Amino acid sequence: MKIDVKHVAKLANLTLTEDEIKKFEGQLSSILEYVETLKEVDTDDVKETSQVTGLENVTREDETTPSLTLEQALSNTKSSQNGNFKVKAVFKES
Amino acid sequence: MNTYSPVMGLEVHVELKTKSKMFCSCSADYFGKKPNTHTCPVCLGLPGALPVPNKTAIEWCIKIGLALGCEIQLFSKFDRKNYFYPDLAKGYQISQYDQPFALKGSIVLSDGKKIGITRVHMEEDTGKLTHAGDSTMIDFNRSGVPLVEIVTEPDFENAAQVVEYLKKLQQIVRYLDVSNADMEKGDMRLEPNISLRKNDQTGLPNYKVEVKNINSFKFVDRAIEFEIKRQTEILDKGETPPQETRGFNEAKQNTVSQRIKEEANDYRYFPEPDIPPLRFTESQILDIRSQMLEMPDEKYERFQKEFGLSEYDAKILTRDRALANYFEEAVKLGQKDNISSKQIANDIINKKIDINSTPLKELIEQIAIRSQVVTIDESHLKETILLVLSENEKAVTDYKAGKTNVLMFLVGQVMRKYTSKIDAKIVMEMAQNMLQ
Amino acid sequence: MTRKKIMDIKSLTIAQAKKDLQEKKYSSVELTTAYLDRIEKLNPTLNAFITVSKAEALEQAKKADEQFSNLTIEQLSNYPLLGIPIALKDIYSTIGIRTTAGSTVLENYVPPFDATVVKKLKDAGTIIIGKTNLDAWAHGSSGENSEFGPTKNPWNTAYVPGGSSSGSAVAVAADFALAASGTDTGGSIRLPASFTNTVGLKPTYGRVSRAGIISMSSSMDTIGHFTKTVEDSALYLSVSAGQDPMDATTPDQPVPDYLKNLTKGVKGLKIGIPLEFNPFEDEPTRQANKMKMKEALNVLSKLGAEMVEISLPHTEYAIAVYYIIQPSEVSSNLARFDGIRFGNDRSSFGEEAKRRIMLGTYTLSAGYYDAYYKKAMKVRTLIKKDFDEAFKKVDAIIAPVSPTPPWKLGEKNDDPLAMYLSDIYTVTANLSGNPGLAVPIGFANELPVGMQIIGPHFSEELLFQIGHAYEQETKWFEKRPNI
Repeated sequence: MKIDVKHVAKLANLTLTEDEIKKFEGQLSSILEYVETLKEVDTDDVKETSQVTGLENVTREDETTPSLTLEQALSNTKSSQNGNFKVKAVFKES
Repeated sequence: MNTYSPVMGLEVHVELKTKSKMFCSCSADYFGKKPNTHTCPVCLGLPGALPVPNKTAIEWCIKIGLALGCEIQLFSKFDRKNYFYPDLAKGYQISQYDQPFALKGSIVLSDGKKIGITRVHMEEDTGKLTHAGDSTMIDFNRSGVPLVEIVTEPDFENAAQVVEYLKKLQQIVRYLDVSNADMEKGDMRLEPNISLRKNDQTGLPNYKVEVKNINSFKFVDRAIEFEIKRQTEILDKGETPPQETRGFNEAKQNTVSQRIKEEANDYRYFPEPDIPPLRFTESQILDIRSQMLEMPDEKYERFQKEFGLSEYDAKILTRDRALANYFEEAVKLGQKDNISSKQIANDIINKKIDINSTPLKELIEQIAIRSQVVTIDESHLKETILLVLSENEKAVTDYKAGKTNVLMFLVGQVMRKYTSKIDAKIVMEMAQNMLQ
Repeated sequence: MTRKKIMDIKSLTIAQAKKDLQEKKYSSVELTTAYLDRIEKLNPTLNAFITVSKAEALEQAKKADEQFSNLTIEQLSNYPLLGIPIALKDIYSTIGIRTTAGSTVLENYVPPFDATVVKKLKDAGTIIIGKTNLDAWAHGSSGENSEFGPTKNPWNTAYVPGGSSSGSAVAVAADFALAASGTDTGGSIRLPASFTNTVGLKPTYGRVSRAGIISMSSSMDTIGHFTKTVEDSALYLSVSAGQDPMDATTPDQPVPDYLKNLTKGVKGLKIGIPLEFNPFEDEPTRQANKMKMKEALNVLSKLGAEMVEISLPHTEYAIAVYYIIQPSEVSSNLARFDGIRFGNDRSSFGEEAKRRIMLGTYTLSAGYYDAYYKKAMKVRTLIKKDFDEAFKKVDAIIAPVSPTPPWKLGEKNDDPLAMYLSDIYTVTANLSGNPGLAVPIGFANELPVGMQIIGPHFSEELLFQIGHAYEQETKWFEKRPNI
């Protein structure tokens, strides 16, 4: 099975070196080959597991609790300005 | 030269006005607040933080579905929509993919055209980006605010239908009291997708242009007209417009390409493992339905029937729920004074009554005074006319010189001397006699 | 130092320390200091900790001592673990103490909040002595994937201690703390427990809140712990378990008194031995493990348990299912690490994380979702059904934890698939959500071996009952590594 590693890396927002691309091509293929074994299993009338404990309908009431302070919110960022997180310009609209 | 007909669908995002956000208990009232002061580990996407869905938001989404005549799904779930963008804290948006809360509804426009609603689903808003030179600022106050997305079938044929649909949708969510639906504040965001079909062609066109950044009804119209023109030119050259997302530019009143969609985004949807699925019973749905008040179309029909209003009056009075309620309360109150619903409707509409500054009692009193039929004491009227004539000598001279139209002015002056309404016809006849 | 004699931390358990502290045989500060001293001396060799929170720990211990002096016995019962030093896997968010997940991506990340379990442990009076080493993002079975260096097995430092909760297992095995927390997504508690002669609990999915613990695979992550004894494990779970409004996957299931049935014994219990968990090939190391399992089952038989052969027919697909679901969820859970709000950017991910992100991104991508993730979630249903069927016939299941004893550091590094296969006996319980208790069953070639007791959902009480009966008979925990 041949995987388009570069395309997948783009979806995953990862920058890979040429070496990594080569390595992953081989490794991912062998893992995917291994999991092919699932094709043997007849799952025609089987529902997928969503919650393994069968739990459903968990919600919370519409009530507010205090938020983090601005200082806490920004405490782990390397780049902020005027209370905002700051990144290099992304696509400029219009 | 070919002729084309537009094929248009609409995605509308409505931000709910719940107290707290969709998956955390930060306040959802973020508008105009200091950046990043309404955030917590959940809506900032800090490691380990988990979403817990807001019950009220889910009920409101179902209400919207019900108001749009949708089939409410008894089994539903949240899914993760995976993509990267700096305003998306978790690297995925919690949304609904193949099992949304509501499917298959419609809105009927005034010309009888039925716009099919494909689905109504619940999701969360993203943070807000502000572009400043070579950097972009991110405020996560909006991150996680509940959003309901309403998707239509490609049923629109022209911009006017789109605008009417949007106005109706806005009216419905306001009636439900689940959103302010204020376009300018971004409570209601719309993305039309527009393509053109050759008139001899069947099926859907093989491309679709999505337009974003439209924040008023006026601009929807502009954006659509612009796109129709732009796409017509391309098609006339024998080419196919590229499938893409375009942004509406307010200043230039045109649309600009944002990015060409690469073979459609691959969002890698999968069921959100952090949130158990939701199952409703018929009776729970009935319960939600029973909490719903009358919707605009129903009220419009009822106002005509129950109060004998014209279509026009009924339309205006049901435009928003507060006004409609005011009218109905006024009718109740007016019954004691034998004031008809028609009189009240006329008064509210013609006098452009401000319902917030005019207490109901005052409104009724005013109408009562104005509509009192006063038997006029003829000698008193005569005296009043004489008084007015003596006060307006110039007008009298003008009248005698043939400018008979000043008569109306004089009649008006007489009527102003009375606090209650008197019959203008009688005043006119008497004044005419006295002037001769 | 006369006190040191009383406080022989090598033989100390939570149950014993609780008693001693209440009787003021020694103070919590003394106890904490004894552990801190030992960590200072031995951690450089074993590398069990990423961060030692000495100042905070001593502060907490001082406060605990004040409480011991000021509170009535009745009031003290609100603090079931008062003064007890514990360690936390460095994937549990701790307010004010950096939390790395074993990755340089988070080398400077200091959470502004505590995980729910951390709050509960603090409220119960524990002393948090430090944050333990792990395979980065909990990806691994050996501890070698840590970006802060591998943890060594105290029984022989040339060997791996098992992973991913490597530092926590070693912290308990080497007497650096009385208990240590872990996470188990595919065996990450049970495997290192069996490699270090410690008791490791993987609770039922949802039994303990995941809120604030850095997610690996949300549908399988379970939050458990290491202790020396089964009784201690029960004491700890009494504090950590329960529904959490911050984690929608924790059911409203009452938390029983986990000590209640502890000493009831195994007489009359039906123990299932799954046919499919019979790995035993010709390799001598595997033969040794097989022998230990046989001995353990004999002990339980002697104690009155009835052994019943059962079948879990879909076991052979468990690894394949696991290595689809887990990387898929990993790829999404690791998307938030973009370097904007916290941490370093995505170029800091290590190779294993990148491999799993790539694998999971692929299996979720357009055109493959149905064939991989959806299919795996269906086979998962069948695996769960196998367990449901089995538990109609037996009270609990006993199986080996690992097909092999601990391996040497570096031995499996180049073959990810071989490493993945070491989870072969543990992943099924993660797929099915069942609880599993790993209990030491002795030594093969002087390296520890463990078994796991698997029960129906929310049957932790029963697992403790079986584990305790076996443990009291064998007392493997009394054997301590020579370091």
